[in-house]
Amino acid sequence: MPRTLYEKIWESHVVEERPDGSALLYIDRHLAYEITSPQAFAALRTAGRTVRRPELTLAVADHGVPTLGCRSQPLTDPGSRMQVETLQANCAEFGITYIPVSDERQGIVHVIGPEQGFTLPGATIVCGDSHTSTHGAFGALAFGIGTSEVEHVLATQTLVQVRSKNLRVQIDGELPRGVAAKDLALAIMAKLGPHGATGHVVEYCGSTVESLSMEGRMTLCNMSIEAGARAGLVAPDETTFAWLKGRPMAPKGSHWDAAVKFWSTLRSDEGAHFDRTVAIDASSLAPWVTWGTRPSQGGGVTGRVPRPEDATSEADAAAISRALSYMNLEPGTPLTDIRIDRVFIGSCTNSRLEDLRAAAAVARKGRVADGVRAIVVPGSGLVRRAAEEEGLDRIFQQAGFEWRLPGCSMCVAVNGDQVEPGMRCASTSNRNFEGRQGPGARTHLMSPAMAAAAALAGRITDVRDYL
Amino acid sequence: MEPFTILRSRAVSVLLDDIDTDMLFPAQFCKTLETTGLGQYLFARERYPEYNPAAADFPLNQPEHAGAQILVSGRNFGCGSSREHAVWALNDYGFRCIVAESFSDILYANCFKNGMLPVVLPREDVDALAELTRTSPGTEFTVDLFEQTVTAGELGPLRFSIEPHRRHMLLEGLDEVGLTLARAAAIEAYETSHFRDQPWLVRSQTTAD
Repeated sequence: MPRTLYEKIWESHVVEERPDGSALLYIDRHLAYEITSPQAFAALRTAGRTVRRPELTLAVADHGVPTLGCRSQPLTDPGSRMQVETLQANCAEFGITYIPVSDERQGIVHVIGPEQGFTLPGATIVCGDSHTSTHGAFGALAFGIGTSEVEHVLATQTLVQVRSKNLRVQIDGELPRGVAAKDLALAIMAKLGPHGATGHVVEYCGSTVESLSMEGRMTLCNMSIEAGARAGLVAPDETTFAWLKGRPMAPKGSHWDAAVKFWSTLRSDEGAHFDRTVAIDASSLAPWVTWGTRPSQGGGVTGRVPRPEDATSEADAAAISRALSYMNLEPGTPLTDIRIDRVFIGSCTNSRLEDLRAAAAVARKGRVADGVRAIVVPGSGLVRRAAEEEGLDRIFQQAGFEWRLPGCSMCVAVNGDQVEPGMRCASTSNRNFEGRQGPGARTHLMSPAMAAAAALAGRITDVRDYL
Repeated sequence: MEPFTILRSRAVSVLLDDIDTDMLFPAQFCKTLETTGLGQYLFARERYPEYNPAAADFPLNQPEHAGAQILVSGRNFGCGSSREHAVWALNDYGFRCIVAESFSDILYANCFKNGMLPVVLPREDVDALAELTRTSPGTEFTVDLFEQTVTAGELGPLRFSIEPHRRHMLLEGLDEVGLTLARAAAIEAYETSHFRDQPWLVRSQTTAD
């Protein structure tokens, strides 16, 4: 019987199926960081339990790590310092590989997993973070879990799960000039809505996806959770293998050859059953920007802020009204009339070398507008170094952007980088929720190139005018 | 873990769709090593006047809803971040059951790990229950996990469905990690064949790090 990619990975990881419909699923890779792991380690300790396979967990601190200052000094914020020191101590106690804050390999957990070759096709990968969906770009079944499940994985290397449904997002056509994977992801969110993929694993298929780089595929899969999806997937191909080959933790020699042979079978069979299919014409897309407080609340940059009365349902009208009130926007305003105060280029969605190149290509065309503060936060120390070797840091700094140290930074705003109350930020991150970038902060999601253009213009603007 | 069987309590409603875990538990309060004492941060940006000038109107702040152990909400409850802090905070505040039109997958799973019951009901039932919490806040709700029903005043019994394994875990108050550890032999057998089929997935502490 023809199977989807998701079904293939799922079935090859079932330790045992139970009559009640649940399954014990084996977990090949687990990523841990400082915020959602301490209670899991504490629970293990309380129950006198051990970590079953410490070598299958990789840990790094990212959320609370400052992007300014000296990395060899202890953190100054007492809460974050306590969490980072606790993570380090837990890893030492249980024999888990930990990348220290001062190490050049440190970075956002979803950037360093792939970068180190810890992320592999066909594997099951979990982390106590919803954006674990990022790793699905490699054809891995990757999903976010809570801390109780982190404890379960540490103790047993398995999770009790129920099978998800299959949703295919078929994307064909060439991305127009100025339109990136982020625009595509945001357009898909708008089409699916904030819960449109709940209970489903999404497989992204089609010619557009096949021609995306790994960075682009990671951006796409990263946002899957914003539609409620359990995970996002892209079938691995030559692009995937070329990107992974030679990574420090990727297989070597004969293991590599055998792995590629196996990974090449990881695609949905002809005639496999999808519960739903959604089609997107990539060639019709414009650069995208959100105006609301859900990633799905956005549109093409040439559009306007919607009017609640144009909504298709009463619930949507109420959601638009609430969002516009929080965002302090008038219905009918052209999106390009919206002035911005802050710019954030970074996050597990858009902090890789390709993202920084796209932003720098725009940044070199001008200077950050008066009154705007713009920061660039690379996803890892290795991304930062690679960018510096290309001179991207100088381009950003000459244009008036701040060039920071790696971490989650202003995406989740727990490391001291935050948008002040009432301020408006053009951000390459993944969530525009109320207060996400700080209490009262107003977020407009967009691509790295669009965010760089917004920095130069001091308002939301069409990046195509800068290309 | 304390079993969940039959809960009788008043209820309070926050009838919004897509309540995310940032709203339930703002990230700024995540700098903790604890799972307890977090109820004070639940809905912090809604509940406290320093964040919300209209905080007094927020349902959780209205005295007639004090002590409610059931929360009624809309579609896609608990979307966004996977932080279990949101569930720890709901639990610590006193909620044992959330009734909603739908839940995010991650928060739904997190509830069960903490002895809390997420109940999915059709929108019209959710609307009717929410209306009841407003017009008659003293009404006692009964959530019966044996019968899989919610009853409140004249409403119900409203039947809900739940995966059998999750129902069983709650009714018995079982420790899932303990149960899985008892399956160690099956896990070991699986590992042997899995790592034989895909030997490149094996990692040793000494190589490549």
